[in-house]
Amino acid sequence: MLPDILVILGNADFWAAVLRIATPLVFGTLGVLLCERAGVLNLGIEGIMVAGALAGWLAVYLGGSLWVGVMVAALTGAAFGLLHAFLTVPLALSQHVAGLGITLFATSVSYYAYRVSFPNVALPPTIAPFAEMAWLTIPILAKQTPMTLLALTCVPLLAWVLYRTPVGLAVRMVGENPAAAEGQGLNVNAVRTGAIVAGSALMGVAGAFLTLSAFNAFFFNMVNGRGWICVALVVFASWRPGKALLGALLFAFFDALQLRLQQGGDGVPYQVYLMLPYALSILALVLVARRAAYPQALMKPYVKGER
Amino acid sequence: MRLEARGEVSRFMLVAAPFAAVAFTLLVSSLFVAWAGAPLGRTYALILDGGFGSRFAWSETLTRATPLILTGLSAAVAFRARFYNIGAEGQLYAGALAAVAIGGLHGGTGFAAHPALLFPVMMAAAMLAGALLLLVPALLRTRLGVDEVVTTLLLNFIVLLFVSMMLEGPMKDPTAMGWPQSVALGDDLQLGKLIERTRVHAGLLWAVALAALLWAIFKYSTFGFAVRAVGANPRGAAFVGVPVQWTMIAVALISGALAGLAGAIEVAGRTGYVTLDMSPGYGFSGIVIAMLAGLNPLGVVAAAVFVAGVLVGADSMSRGVAVPTYIAEVIVAISLLSMLMATAFARYRLRWH
Repeated sequence: MLPDILVILGNADFWAAVLRIATPLVFGTLGVLLCERAGVLNLGIEGIMVAGALAGWLAVYLGGSLWVGVMVAALTGAAFGLLHAFLTVPLALSQHVAGLGITLFATSVSYYAYRVSFPNVALPPTIAPFAEMAWLTIPILAKQTPMTLLALTCVPLLAWVLYRTPVGLAVRMVGENPAAAEGQGLNVNAVRTGAIVAGSALMGVAGAFLTLSAFNAFFFNMVNGRGWICVALVVFASWRPGKALLGALLFAFFDALQLRLQQGGDGVPYQVYLMLPYALSILALVLVARRAAYPQALMKPYVKGER
Repeated sequence: MRLEARGEVSRFMLVAAPFAAVAFTLLVSSLFVAWAGAPLGRTYALILDGGFGSRFAWSETLTRATPLILTGLSAAVAFRARFYNIGAEGQLYAGALAAVAIGGLHGGTGFAAHPALLFPVMMAAAMLAGALLLLVPALLRTRLGVDEVVTTLLLNFIVLLFVSMMLEGPMKDPTAMGWPQSVALGDDLQLGKLIERTRVHAGLLWAVALAALLWAIFKYSTFGFAVRAVGANPRGAAFVGVPVQWTMIAVALISGALAGLAGAIEVAGRTGYVTLDMSPGYGFSGIVIAMLAGLNPLGVVAAAVFVAGVLVGADSMSRGVAVPTYIAEVIVAISLLSMLMATAFARYRLRWH
């Protein structure tokens, strides 16, 4: 077992796979992070990823360029984010329930739309996805598509916005102490809505990575819990973009490792390996539980004049 | 845009809200039907007819409603204490697996005990399996403050993989020609049919009886009060002497047990064995049903019949007009969102400045 693992770890393809698996998680985790920093849980991610995956792919299938596909996925995510924001910010509904509702809605609408567009297809129609960046000549990065580069750029960008700009300060304030933010003349509802819409756009792009880069077609159940894992990764990352990247890479490392070990034929049922990523996510939550620094106003709707 | 509490919530608004939600749902769903290019009236008529239009339609709807009532109750109990159990799907499978483990192993002879003894043991094992599965997230929440939403969601995936492992391993039905399917329950352990030549089984009575029992518990018992208090304001509840952590753990055990029971009753009443597709998301639909019912156990029965009717109706509708069956999930999702909005508008009014 151990020599096997060492062989796997010495292989550049393995590390390329780690980065590839991490990419949608980076987008998704940053999206959840942005929403939660503004004080709003967004369990809509699982469904928004499905919608982004379909919308982005459909745009390319209908003749758009790949980057148009990414934009369409972001806009689709933003649209569902706006709905989530409407339910949770001005209407102050339970963020858990609204998020699950968004996931159910976005997922069912996507599946419905796919079936309306392609009533009777035996094989899913395909597109030409993003190509690897062979021109880059950096060993592991050259195996990635431009979307991975975009994801890696988003990490410092979001960190910069959150910690170095007035907008980021506003987002963090409404997530920690909305009443004080209001006192500073901020419009709490507007800042929260903006953060949710932007975060949801990232979730849409996370989904689009699956159909525009990892695969070349849309499949049912292709998101398969990745959205939920992002929600766990944000807690693991203590709501910090840098740590979110680290968490996504760590998760992807174990996921890539279990995929390789599965093929080892060591008599362990393959399901045990498939369980590992989910089990590790739970373990990670338990490990950081004691020092989890939740945004103070997370899941607390802000209604003016109510305490 | 901001909210302003209505000074007095009128009874009219509270009664009108669900109707407004239904009207809004029909309106939005119509856009989706029209998009598929199908005639609106005929599509709705076919759904209604397929779900509620005949004795057969009703029997199918009630069969489908049975597990939905139980997962709906599971969610309603937990959500009342603001314990967000999103793992009913996994607990359902755990219960189904436990039922087959007791009642189906060893070539269907079980543990060679009398069915009158084996049947209650089987049901108890299913409830225990569901309850124990939820106990872990409940303890993590109460002891360590780990958010139960994520842990219960992730456990769903682990349980489904475990089921898959069991169906290909120790619990595999050797006669199923390689199809991943568990051994069957003994014949004498299956629930009786309520109506001849239909699939409606005695599990429906169990589900409705449990709904009535829970309704009574919530309305009349101290425990029911404690659950509501913990949900409304845990600090306040602790202040007046409600054991907050124990109430939450008790709620989790009941919620998990109900979902586990849903799995066992599906096996004993409908399928006879476990497959990986025995639940088309009953656990998640349970959450919708609980919300549609306003977390009221009796309302859960009505909401489960509604959702089951739409699902069954959409199946039969799609054979008549070219609308994908996913319209059922779309309708259910929209009805959840519009119900949520309706309740908000009944209590608050929106100010645009």
